[in-house]
Amino acid sequence: MQFDQILQYTLSGLSTGAIYALIGIGFSIIYNATGIINFAQGEFVMLGGLLTMSCLTVLKLPLWAAIPCAIAVSTLVGILFERLAIRPLRQPTPINLVIITIGGSILLRGLAMLVWGKDTHSVPPFSGDAPIAIGGATILPQHLWILAITLIIIFINKIYFYHTISGKAMRACSYNRRAAGLVGIDVKRMVLFSFIISSAMGAVAGIIVAPLTMTAYDVGVMLGLKGFCAAIIGGMSSGLSTVIGGLILGVLESLGAGLISSGYKDAIAFIILLLILFFRPQGLFGKADSERV
Amino acid sequence: MKRVSLLLGGICLSLVCATASFAAGTIKIGALFAVTGPASFLGEPEKKTLELLVKEANEKGGINGQKLEAVIYDTGGDATKAVQLATKLIKDDKVSVIIGPSTTGESMAVIPVVEKWKIPMISCAAGIKITDPVKQWVFKTPANDHVAAEKILNYMAGKKQKSIALLTVTDGFGASGREQIKVLARQKGFSIVADEVYGPKDTDMTAQLTKIRGIKPDAIICWGTNPGPAVITKNVKQLGISTPLYMSHGVASKKYIELAGADSAEGVMLPAGKLAIYDALPKGDVQQKLLKSYDKTYKKVYGTEASTFGGYAYDAFLLATSAIKKSGSTPEQIRAGIEQTSKLVSISGVFTMSPKDHNGLDLSAFEMVKVVKGDWALLK
Repeated sequence: MQFDQILQYTLSGLSTGAIYALIGIGFSIIYNATGIINFAQGEFVMLGGLLTMSCLTVLKLPLWAAIPCAIAVSTLVGILFERLAIRPLRQPTPINLVIITIGGSILLRGLAMLVWGKDTHSVPPFSGDAPIAIGGATILPQHLWILAITLIIIFINKIYFYHTISGKAMRACSYNRRAAGLVGIDVKRMVLFSFIISSAMGAVAGIIVAPLTMTAYDVGVMLGLKGFCAAIIGGMSSGLSTVIGGLILGVLESLGAGLISSGYKDAIAFIILLLILFFRPQGLFGKADSERV
Repeated sequence: MKRVSLLLGGICLSLVCATASFAAGTIKIGALFAVTGPASFLGEPEKKTLELLVKEANEKGGINGQKLEAVIYDTGGDATKAVQLATKLIKDDKVSVIIGPSTTGESMAVIPVVEKWKIPMISCAAGIKITDPVKQWVFKTPANDHVAAEKILNYMAGKKQKSIALLTVTDGFGASGREQIKVLARQKGFSIVADEVYGPKDTDMTAQLTKIRGIKPDAIICWGTNPGPAVITKNVKQLGISTPLYMSHGVASKKYIELAGADSAEGVMLPAGKLAIYDALPKGDVQQKLLKSYDKTYKKVYGTEASTFGGYAYDAFLLATSAIKKSGSTPEQIRAGIEQTSKLVSISGVFTMSPKDHNGLDLSAFEMVKVVKGDWALLK
């Protein structure tokens, strides 16, 4: 086994892993604010990519204008989703909420199929597609965009959750909704915020990966599941550990496909998911929850 | 008593109606297409094509003075549903011939039904199992996958390329292609040096391609339908692999070049059905005129390019209607008529059926093409 092959597997893995990480963080933000796992997260990834494609081809916007436009529309869909499907719920038990998000994701996918059809669409890369060589391995400029944007988003997240009042309020909600409500935090508003942030983030993920992976009405399913895996490995944290979770997943998939067999690529991801859920449900890096009485 | 007479009257009336419609002479053509669901890329153009053709035929006064009526059901790509709907077509709608289903799985499930009720079925699915071994009432229009595979291997033999790296998708199409290439390669003396797979929804195949790059084969054959092959084409470019890349007939449409980008797709070779490349065909090709008129009409009515898949429904319609013209419109006459089809020029190729061959296409159904500057160029 040559060194440049291993390097290529690792680089490919890191770039796919960054995508998983970005989607995974979307899962964990909503989870932390509301305690629910939003299975519609993958659909925002789909919306981001397809809306960008529409802005570019139908509205003829330049790329720099199409991207914010697509993010704005996806966020609006996220707000509507929270307002119309999550908030009116009488008994917001976790199981009800999870089922609603699954229903929402099927609805969104169906609507997207009607709007954009069943074909796959392509989105042009941000800055050309001339491969960049790194010691025998190659990556595309788009991979660098993905890595850079992921890093920026994690950084902004960190600042938001630890250094702003509303970010701290959202964390308070995740620790204890009732107590947060008692100290005057508008919990419902925080839930709405969490949906805004994660749908925008899902859309960003969808936009930056679309030039590489192309996009279609059903891309959200697999990417959503992989992102969920990344979030589980990272223990549902909205910070660095989910990112590391995503990167680990990406690299293991890529190495597994290269060194063992490409037939088991998806199996590897889901075996890791099951193992983590069995043995370390708090995530690879988390401490076990201790219930205070 | 009153009730009974009413009932009798009702029965009489319905009988009269039934005879009336029969006398007016409608021939009912049943169709099962996967218009929604994962195989909708097959079913949708098939449905549109059939509707178009039936309308056209009726405007021209029908066939032998009889109007056509298409009863089209959506199976959603589900074999169980296909069987139910096939039974419905036969028992309730009383169709004389069934076109479809769209996928191999559904077709295999429906075969026992049509064999039992003795209704001819013309499948639009490519699986070789459908007509091999031959079943009395079952025909199919797409050429077998191995015909396309053979076309590639014959071309490779001419170029002295001996070792093959396979990269196939893990669905029915990829699995069947993979098996058939392996068998053909063994027969023709090629060696398979890598046998990699990828998932239909995978977004990055650099890992598999890196492995293949390390093995240094003479050629890579990728077997799949979009978007996978487009991703692979981009990945090949990214990794700077210069090994010749062959694709299957599954991506023989402009969509593939558009998705992969003309730049990345440059030089990719594949066996294409003639519909995709009718402009590039040599003058005097028997199919050219028909292909052109199909594409133009389809584009005018639906606003999109006609696809090979819609062409399968076209073939089926043509086979059925020319059988009706020749032999008559009962199921048995249609069946016999289709079996006697000889040199019928259609979209997928020129059909010549026989009691031993219920597909009727040979190597001439495909042409080897190469992507040059975002368009197809014929390979000699």
